Amino acid sequence: MSRTPDVIVIGAGMVGTMTALGLAEAGARVTLIEGEFPGGGSTGAAMGHIVVMDDSPEQLALCAHSRDRWHQLAASLPASGEHDRCGTLWIAADDAEFAAGRQRIASYAAHGVDAELVDQRGLYQLEPHLRPGLAGGLLVPGDAVCYPPAIARALTERAASQNVTIKLRTHVDSLTPHGVRLSEGGTMAAGGVVVAAGVASPRLVPGLPIVPRKGHLVISDRRPGLVRHQLVELGYLHSAHTFGAASVAFNLQPRRTGQVLIGSSRELVGFDQEINHALLGAMLARATGFLPALHQVRVLRSWFGFRPATADKLPLIGPWPALGNVWIAAGHEGLGITLATGTADIIVAGILGTTPPVNPEPFRPDRPMPAMARAA
Amino acid sequence: MIGTRGAPVDVLVVGAGPAGLSSAVAAADRGKQVLVLDLGLRAGGQIWRHRDEAALPRVARQWLQRVRAAGVTIASSARVLDALSPDELVVDFGGRIDRQRTRALILATGAKERLLPFPGWTLPGVVGIGGLQALIKSGLTLNGSRVVIAGTGPLLFPVAAAAVAAGADLVRVAEQVPLRTAAAFAMGLLAKPSAIRQAIGYRWAFRNTAYRTDSWVTAAEGDGRVRRVLLRDRGRSTAIDCDWLAASCGLCPNTELAELLGCAIDGDAIRVDTSQATTVAGVWAAGECTGVKGDIAALAEGEIAGRAAAGDAPGSRRSSLQRRRESGREFARRLAIDFAPRTELLHLAGADTIICRCEDVRRGDIDPRWTQRQAKLWTRIGMGECQGAVCGPACAALFGWQANVPRPPLGAPLCGDWAGALVDEDVSGER
Ligand SMILES: Cc1cc2nc3c(=O)[nH]c(=O)nc-3n(C[C@H](O)[C@H](O)[C@H](O)COP(=O)(O)OP(=O)(O)OC[C@H]3O[C@@H](n4cnc5c(N)ncnc54)[C@H](O)[C@@H]3O)c2cc1C
Ligand SMILES: Cc1cc2nc3c(=O)[nH]c(=O)nc-3n(C[C@H](O)[C@H](O)[C@H](O)COP(=O)(O)OP(=O)(O)OC[C@H]3O[C@@H](n4cnc5c(N)ncnc54)[C@H](O)[C@@H]3O)c2cc1C
Repeated sequence: MSRTPDVIVIGAGMVGTMTALGLAEAGARVTLIEGEFPGGGSTGAAMGHIVVMDDSPEQLALCAHSRDRWHQLAASLPASGEHDRCGTLWIAADDAEFAAGRQRIASYAAHGVDAELVDQRGLYQLEPHLRPGLAGGLLVPGDAVCYPPAIARALTERAASQNVTIKLRTHVDSLTPHGVRLSEGGTMAAGGVVVAAGVASPRLVPGLPIVPRKGHLVISDRRPGLVRHQLVELGYLHSAHTFGAASVAFNLQPRRTGQVLIGSSRELVGFDQEINHALLGAMLARATGFLPALHQVRVLRSWFGFRPATADKLPLIGPWPALGNVWIAAGHEGLGITLATGTADIIVAGILGTTPPVNPEPFRPDRPMPAMARAA
Repeated sequence: MIGTRGAPVDVLVVGAGPAGLSSAVAAADRGKQVLVLDLGLRAGGQIWRHRDEAALPRVARQWLQRVRAAGVTIASSARVLDALSPDELVVDFGGRIDRQRTRALILATGAKERLLPFPGWTLPGVVGIGGLQALIKSGLTLNGSRVVIAGTGPLLFPVAAAAVAAGADLVRVAEQVPLRTAAAFAMGLLAKPSAIRQAIGYRWAFRNTAYRTDSWVTAAEGDGRVRRVLLRDRGRSTAIDCDWLAASCGLCPNTELAELLGCAIDGDAIRVDTSQATTVAGVWAAGECTGVKGDIAALAEGEIAGRAAAGDAPGSRRSSLQRRRESGREFARRLAIDFAPRTELLHLAGADTIICRCEDVRRGDIDPRWTQRQAKLWTRIGMGECQGAVCGPACAALFGWQANVPRPPLGAPLCGDWAGALVDEDVSGER
């Protein structure tokens, strides 16, 4: 690519805004195009948990790097970003889960991620409202929570101050060999195009193996101090990983506002726009099962969003060889907030021809993919 | 019959104001088993919910008697939290949450006040006009407290009269529209002698207080509580000392439940046809929630809805009921036009003035060019306890925004209760 690459980034979600800013800071000329407004897509529906997951070594490596980059970014975020390093407390319901937690410590350590095992007594000291009889937990103190839509806004404003051209309420109709065609008419040329359109990316890049995985959340009224860490059941691994079936898991987040955000569910139902009451009921029952005090908390609103999911649970980051000069930064499923920083780094390195901080190979968008996502 | 996931009732009515009560009677008269749900402690809605039934106007007492005679069941302190479908609602029956099934559903959910923000509107002692009325009905005595009422339209009259009856030293009633608008509206009522007589009665009750047109609040001041109100009064600025300020600017239909059910909304009201049917099969709507029009027309709409929900064939378009319905809707159109807030009222808030009380969002935090959803996600406006019930109508007037899209649950129930009602009994809650 030419010495001062000019790049169009499509989509101002967490991934697109982070990528546009990264490219601009690296010296590229950037135009960020967003159909609605920054943070209004999946980013505006997300829990905002910045978390190191270790379903696979590739995921762990990208999470660990991404979280470090969030730590660097945190100090410059506005208060409205509600960034809070509250840590994650993984809950072990029984001895088997406790043992699984123990195993994770070693793999975390290999990537410089601190984690400590918490015994039963320690668990109730950290979170006195958990139901009795749990085995223990795994504390990951470096994890954080944030308020994603405000951060997408702040990053867009920062990008504008770095001379990124921002085009909001501008919808891309399709990609052209040299740029993009806008729905309102007209084209825009660029040396490269980054597709960061989240769940909508396959509309621009047919064949991109991303499907929407719907998730519900519920927000409470203000109960400061009810929980202090993001709480996730270690059994979450089972529920998040059976791709086809609807599932719920205990996932509870303390907000800066004093509220608790209750998650979460997963379903493959396309872009279905109805609240799934039965699933919501199961999700809330699971949450109150782990934290009985939730029974007495008022709930203000439920909503759902769509995770941009891939069948192998890894995002699609890198060039899309079928189309010249098109880069993909999408498909992060339930980790797109966390992984936005690392994703931006890989794209920036790719476009500028520098060395990426993480091995990008496992995330190549044209890697072989298990059949499920393609079929859906 | 109430709750317990048991057999459905024939007709479920949400709201026990005039529209709800008349629809309940109409359906019960046709042999239907009717259950009415209402948030209040007593039936009657905003207008007839008095502590003391004897103090009610005759027509109200008659309706309450007819409801009893017709064998209608009324569940008070009952709040609808969620709609699983048009024939199954989740209801908080005064602390016991359950599902309620029904064969037909009538929405008579009334209207809420439109509070337009001005500097000082969040001070204690500043309430809405309907809010003051409700406080008085629930027993507030004003014992010589200085009260200013500022707003618009016919609602000013009964509330001013009620304030005096509750012992207020009513120092001013301010109507924002010019005299000619108010006078033209009054002329339009000449065909309705009962309305004129009622208005004269109210005016007599607060005869010692100046009623000024072309007059509106620009700010409230006070230290911890409202002490003084600044008015723009026929082109001049004045200040009046007071202990209570009741200020609001008209009413907005309550449509949250209708929206959860998927009913179409026209402007700010539930869309209905001439039999009060909404766009969702099995769901009818009547009264203020289909457009603000007053109790008399609400009674007619309720009766039409009750008959339709009970399975009556649609009556003739020329029937007297239909004529009352039509004139009520015409009245609603006139109210909306004549008493629309003047533009000055849309520019009172300063950069520092709170727009969303729940989340402490100020006017200066907001760019009117944003969409409602953008502003919500960026500033948290409308995300609080009231879910935009208060700031929504204000933002619609100020910025032309849509209302916050309602999501379950309505009315902030306890998590455990709501969850219990959602879980199907044959589902264990395990994944
Ligand atoms: C319920 C739920 C909980 C979640 N919790 C977490 C969590 O705790 N932690 C975490 O890390 N992740 C979480 N996620 C995942 C996270 O939300 C997503 O992975 C992430 O937001 C994806 O960001 P994105 O920028 O790729 O997509 P989006 O935020 O969807 O952004 C894409 C943008 O592209 C725009 N766009 C699309 N098409 C076009 C077009 N043709 N022209 C112009 N613009 C276009 C859209 O308007 C949108 O703004 C959660 C998701 C859900 C649904
Ligand atoms: C970390 C976090 C914390 C949050 N905390 C709170 C909180 O404290 N309180 C709170 O209330 N919310 C909170 N939110 C939730 C916020 O309201 C939602 O994230 C979000 O905007 C999705 O909500 P929604 O879909 O319910 O409503 P909206 O975002 O308002 O979206 C409604 C959607 O419905 C569509 N729509 C409207 N009418 C129709 C129609 N007739 N037919 C079809 N579609 C239609 C609109 O286009 C829009 O896409 C929080 C979000 C996050 C990320």
